[in-house]
Amino acid sequence: MITLPFIAAMSATTAALMASITVLTLACFLGFELISKVPPTLHTPLMSGANAISGITIVGALVAANAKLEGGDASVAALLGFLALVLATINVVGGFMVTGRMLEMFKGKKGDK
Amino acid sequence: MQWIDPAAEVGYLVAAALFIFGLKKLSSPRTAVFGNQLGALGMFLAVVVTLAKIGADDGILGGWLIVCGVLLGSLIGAIMARRVQMTGMPELVALFNGFGGGGSALVALSELFGSEPAASRLGANVFILAAGASAVIGWVTLTGSVVAMLKLNGTIRGNPSFPGLNLVKAGLLLAAAVLTWLLIRSGGEGVALIAGISLVAAILGVIFVVPIGGADMPVVISFLNSLSGVAAATTGFVVDNNALIISGALVGAAGLILTGIMCKAMNRTFTEVMFKAYGQAGDGGDGSGEKRTARGYEAEEAALAFDGARNVIIVPGYGMAVSQSQHVVRELAEELERRGSNVRFAIHPVAGRMPGHMNVLLAEANVPYEQLVELDDINPSFGECDVCLVVGANDTINPAAKTDPGGPLGGMPVLDVEKARTVIIVKRSLSPGYAGVDNDLFYRPTTMMLFGDGKAKLTELLAAVKDL
Repeated sequence: MITLPFIAAMSATTAALMASITVLTLACFLGFELISKVPPTLHTPLMSGANAISGITIVGALVAANAKLEGGDASVAALLGFLALVLATINVVGGFMVTGRMLEMFKGKKGDK
Repeated sequence: MQWIDPAAEVGYLVAAALFIFGLKKLSSPRTAVFGNQLGALGMFLAVVVTLAKIGADDGILGGWLIVCGVLLGSLIGAIMARRVQMTGMPELVALFNGFGGGGSALVALSELFGSEPAASRLGANVFILAAGASAVIGWVTLTGSVVAMLKLNGTIRGNPSFPGLNLVKAGLLLAAAVLTWLLIRSGGEGVALIAGISLVAAILGVIFVVPIGGADMPVVISFLNSLSGVAAATTGFVVDNNALIISGALVGAAGLILTGIMCKAMNRTFTEVMFKAYGQAGDGGDGSGEKRTARGYEAEEAALAFDGARNVIIVPGYGMAVSQSQHVVRELAEELERRGSNVRFAIHPVAGRMPGHMNVLLAEANVPYEQLVELDDINPSFGECDVCLVVGANDTINPAAKTDPGGPLGGMPVLDVEKARTVIIVKRSLSPGYAGVDNDLFYRPTTMMLFGDGKAKLTELLAAVKDL
């Protein structure tokens, strides 16, 4: 059982972890609520738009690619970061662009009929 | 500089909020374009904030690796997004899913090499565990997506499988877990362990997707979409960034919802799609007892059926995508409307190879949105339908789903095409669909089969209708 003394003794690390897990859990629920009803017409654009958003890993990639090429592990880290950055950027730029292209198609057709 | 950290946190929070609004707007046709723009804005903000943070920490705004990476990625991404044909959309979406997952895995690996686990605010063990999980999920997403893409464009044919495959998958998953545990024990050191995790996960992704057949692709692509989100979320724990955790969780949840919708429309459970090749899904319903013959008709004969038809329903399937006949289909629909028919399109949720595949193709061909009708809404209309034109669909119109509840298709929601007065089916051959169930519809006296390439046959049909 979780008792008060335990909480009082919670370290900074545990507190930070709990905060992150809380954010994760709430975001999961939010995701389910947000997209529980999507018209089938939008399944593809929604998926490709969501996919572009998963390219948020670009944030991590930017930091990783900033490591200096100093030999040893740091170089490996920087090169991996560079590859990550290329993949994530393709994902982000391509994802949002192609979603936009698809949606424009849906929109244009509505206008002229 | 101290002000930059709280400022960056606020920036990430705003970015996450923009993603949430964006996704919300993306799920309604009228606001979807705006939703996509909000998402892109959020991403732009997140990138700017990160660059500012890097600049403030290191004094230089981005090393040359960053500049090259962003330029290269943007160029490749933009070219791919511009060049893709609408018929190639499933492949592209699959590939982008993979890149997202691969990006997350590489970030996690880079952190394992470049950062000190003990320095993580969340603790060394969580850092390594998250990095391991991120690597596993990310690599599975990357290799699985690449295989899905190669299957979609026909490079990998067939669905090779062998009896012990599920045991191998379980074994690899276990191996990945053990390797991650060893990595935690070693305090995040161990190039061999990191390489081992990557290798095991890469193989797992391949053998996960290889046995899964074409018609299950909507489920697979949705699931890979979800995984790319989960990988981003776990990477969020590695780099201790809430923007990644929130966005990853949102995408993970969205992908899971789509996966559920797709499974339901196929009347298959998720476990069946993932772990059972369709042949194993049940032994009944092969119906190979008697040899029946279906009569093939000429386009001119079929065109006569449209003469005076009041209600016409067109049912597109994967065959329309393969033969790229969506434009001819639209022309035919317009010609029929000119002749006084009421034309509608019946869209089955899993028609094609990805969620919403038919909608994208017909939108590209400029078919008005109002003419596309969903399964539940169109089914009552087949009773008063004079002619139903089926273009390359099979399982989604198979009456066996209703007449043979115990068969592989039993219980799957299908279009009630057989209720139409005349059914014209454009199809390459009589071969059974993905489920391996013979389609009784092909042999009915009210059915006219037009055998051949979809585009060629429809062009003939269009010409014949114009000559009526």
